[in-house]
Amino acid sequence: MAEPQRGAAPRAMKLSTRVGVPVTVGIVFVVAWELLVRYLAVPRFVLPAPSMIATALIDDFLPLAGSLWVTLKVTLSAFAVALVLGVLIAILFAQSRLFEMSLFPYAVVLQVTPIVSIAPLVLIWVGLDHLERALLILATIVAFFPILSNTTLGLKSVDHNLQNLFDLYGATRWQRLKELQFPSALPYLLGGMRISGGLALIGAVVAEFVAGSGTGTGLAWRIVEAGNRLNIPRMFAALLLLSFLGILIFFTLSALEYLLLRRWHESAVGREN
Amino acid sequence: MTMPDVATRASAAMPSEDPSERPQRPLIRIGGVSKIYHNGTVALRDVDLAVAHGEFVSLLGPSGCGKSTLLRLIAGLGAVSDGTIDWPLSRYDVRGEPIRDLGFVFQDPTLMPWATVADNVYLPLKLAGIGRRAAAARIAEALAMVKLERFAGAYPRELSGGMKMRVSIARALVVKPRVLLMDEPFAALDEITRFRLNNDLLRLWQEQRWTVVFVTHSVFESVYLSNRIIVMSTRPGRIVGEVAIDAPYPRGDAFRTSRTYNEFCRLTSAELARAMAGTEEE
Repeated sequence: MAEPQRGAAPRAMKLSTRVGVPVTVGIVFVVAWELLVRYLAVPRFVLPAPSMIATALIDDFLPLAGSLWVTLKVTLSAFAVALVLGVLIAILFAQSRLFEMSLFPYAVVLQVTPIVSIAPLVLIWVGLDHLERALLILATIVAFFPILSNTTLGLKSVDHNLQNLFDLYGATRWQRLKELQFPSALPYLLGGMRISGGLALIGAVVAEFVAGSGTGTGLAWRIVEAGNRLNIPRMFAALLLLSFLGILIFFTLSALEYLLLRRWHESAVGREN
Repeated sequence: MTMPDVATRASAAMPSEDPSERPQRPLIRIGGVSKIYHNGTVALRDVDLAVAHGEFVSLLGPSGCGKSTLLRLIAGLGAVSDGTIDWPLSRYDVRGEPIRDLGFVFQDPTLMPWATVADNVYLPLKLAGIGRRAAAARIAEALAMVKLERFAGAYPRELSGGMKMRVSIARALVVKPRVLLMDEPFAALDEITRFRLNNDLLRLWQEQRWTVVFVTHSVFESVYLSNRIIVMSTRPGRIVGEVAIDAPYPRGDAFRTSRTYNEFCRLTSAELARAMAGTEEE
């Protein structure tokens, strides 16, 4: 058994290509945008040039960063609550078929009902006193389902022979869960988390939009506010920060997935042939 | 599971390891066992078989003859529909379950992909509540038996098919079983690897004096390994014949090319053909 040969040369080339090509495309796009806006003299309240957006970002950095923090807090807490709830309920589902049969349809109902339509209700019930709590609940509802369904699927996708092996050696329910079902479900859970992280952000933003002014200080509210004032560069600046947040969440979760699976799971190991 | 009758349990209460008693009291006694699945399929009908301590018995037959089912029933994986499986030489626990002391090797290596070789071998001990440190020596010993000491830290995906199978065998051995139940363990391997693992298995069997029940569909493999071959047939799965392989151990490549070996293969094939004569083609 030789140490797996990670083809060094092709991989290095691939990495530079993989980063270089999209970056070049991005630069070309931004430069073309800047030149076109200047050349055609597009008014700034229709489409601001990238340079104006950058200026808005720098000038308004402090309030925008504060809003970024608010949105980030809602997103992360919603994600954490969705993760804990999703995994716990999935474990319950895996333990009892009856439990799953009785509750799963309602999880689906919660998932397929557009969050925008539930939002006013939740805002009335909870949001009048605790707006942040209402935002958290809404974002959690959106983020919850992929974790629940993926983890449920994963906990059930245990190799049949390994099940027999655990029977043979008299494993307890807890041992089976901890040593067999949970590791089997981990790749599914991580996949669900990656979807869920993005959805938590979407949920947070949508909830903020619906909540309107209130104590609105998140990035979504900044966008609405800037839009009302036709401050388009600032809208773009807030948008940029939201994208940045989404990308950050995605990469963090992808990195986590890679770190946890790289030694053993097919999705994460480098192919040698 | 089979509940032993009172008499069996009474006799089991005074276990005797006296070898002179072996012929009278088999290690495993299967009496009139049938297995019928919920959908009505008769997997086994009226199977009688006694396995003596220290024996190497092969269950040989075409797919669908119930040989794997029988092996699983012996292991206690699933309940018999009729009949009994007793362990006259074993003690019984409070629930009336025999303390089987067995290792089971599946057709697939059935390793946990997320665990290293050492952790895979550790599993049966871990499930028995033995700490990692206390188990270390036994893990090392089991890995040494299958010559995988150097791969303790590797992950299953880094190993070849034959090596994975050896890890699976080490995991069965780590509990120091008296009985090894093997369900076509080498069927998926290439011939060269299979020959090598056959030889390793025979060497270990002789050293450790296990009892082995070995399921296979290969006439050659069963003749090479066994004291005794139980020939089975399909629809319903049942025992139709038996061939004793009276050839001395250790057996090696010389045996594999000998006339005796060929003669036994011919005999066993004829027995198998006779068994299949009454059944229609698939």
